[in-house]
Amino acid sequence: MKKIIKYVMADILRNRIVLVYLFFLLVASFSVFSLEDNSSKGLLSLLNIVLLVVPLISIIFSTIYVYNSAEFIELLVSQPLKRRTIWISLFVGLAGSLSIAFFVGVGIPVLLYEANLTGIMMIGVGLLLSVIFVAIAMLAAVWTRDKAKGIGVAIMLWVYFSILFDGLVLFLLFQLADYPLEKAMVGISALNPIDLSRILILLQLDVSAMMGYTGAIFKDFFGTASGMVISLSVLLVWILLPVWLSVRNFNRKDL
Amino acid sequence: MIIASNVSKRFGKLQALNNVSVTCNKGECIALIGPNGSGKTTLIKSILGMVVPDSGFITFNGNNILHHWQYRNNIGYMPQIGRYPDNMRIADVLDMMKDIRGHKGAMDEELVAAFELDKLKHKRMRTLSGGTRQKVSACMAFLFDPQVLILDEPTAGLDPVASEILKEKIITEKKKGKLVMVTSHILSELDDLVTQVIYMQDGELRFHKSIEALRADTGQEKLSKAIAHVMLNTAL
Repeated sequence: MKKIIKYVMADILRNRIVLVYLFFLLVASFSVFSLEDNSSKGLLSLLNIVLLVVPLISIIFSTIYVYNSAEFIELLVSQPLKRRTIWISLFVGLAGSLSIAFFVGVGIPVLLYEANLTGIMMIGVGLLLSVIFVAIAMLAAVWTRDKAKGIGVAIMLWVYFSILFDGLVLFLLFQLADYPLEKAMVGISALNPIDLSRILILLQLDVSAMMGYTGAIFKDFFGTASGMVISLSVLLVWILLPVWLSVRNFNRKDL
Repeated sequence: MIIASNVSKRFGKLQALNNVSVTCNKGECIALIGPNGSGKTTLIKSILGMVVPDSGFITFNGNNILHHWQYRNNIGYMPQIGRYPDNMRIADVLDMMKDIRGHKGAMDEELVAAFELDKLKHKRMRTLSGGTRQKVSACMAFLFDPQVLILDEPTAGLDPVASEILKEKIITEKKKGKLVMVTSHILSELDDLVTQVIYMQDGELRFHKSIEALRADTGQEKLSKAIAHVMLNTAL
């Protein structure tokens, strides 16, 4: 397994798109931190970039990479290897190299300017998001045979998690404004890894007061150690579940 | 050595393989022939475990391949289209294969030398022409001295010199007592290679004969003429 991971990572880290992604993150982070005099404000601006760009690049790049590797995967399957090994190596290779790109692009500037708990939390959440969206991409790629359709599905998933989900939640809130939904909101936020990450960081930044009563409930839940552990576990489930489903599917797939 | 029993596979509406049974033994060189979409590649992929048959089973040296993935240690496969990760060099791809196989015995690098891949070793895969990629695929199929060679359209895209080298190599390996399975649409170049012919049509196995029997039945000396004879007769 290690052998395939090594070669896949070496291949991806030389990929031009990943290099551009890394460079973009680096430029964005440094410019955000040097524009704002207060570096915790800088972190907030950076958070918005991270929550938008990291899932997008992770999901689309991974989907395209998996489709472009179709013949290579076939060749690997014809070798004495278990299918599960091949698929998990591919996942680890993609997740690992995109995480490295994120860590160099965002992690290092954050550690230079804002090396406190919030900064480290943000790096952790960004790394988790990279891995989560690689996992979701691989699930999308294994489900759809057609490349164009698969990339379409990946983009739709990103639109759903980044934009539509918030719209749906707002719609629900307005429709059911007469009911006490604050507690339910905590549960609903677990359905979207991006939202969950945003809440985790915002609460660290102490701007939750701006979120009204719901913010207070969030603070009550996510602010505690156990709430934090639970939400990090939910993020881990967002990695493990898609990976498990895609491995199961890949094991039976006709190539 | 490889026995397929009543293998069927359906892709949606298309019956890719319909109750196909074949027996392949050591020292044979089998040509898989048939029109496009007749199920040749599906049969090969089933043997390699890339496609899981809906019914029927395949055994390799007596073991059902469904449960023994290690059997692929004994197979060298050359795919129809070889595409490799863009940023790997030829040397990386070969090294990776060696790593994966963990092959103990001697490597057969005859083809690497014959195709002069050493000179191109540091080129990235995305910069290679289709023919050169095909050469890399061929080298990998023969590298680990496997007992079985499965070659899907091996000479497609190769220049005449290279395809002659490859044919010579196939003949020497056959003489060593290996089982070779080849698909090709260029029948004329199979003439001096094959000992057996499997003819498939619409996912069904039409016949599996030795080349001598085929020649005797059709009265044609050349394989291409003999197959044309068969195709015309089945069409009628």
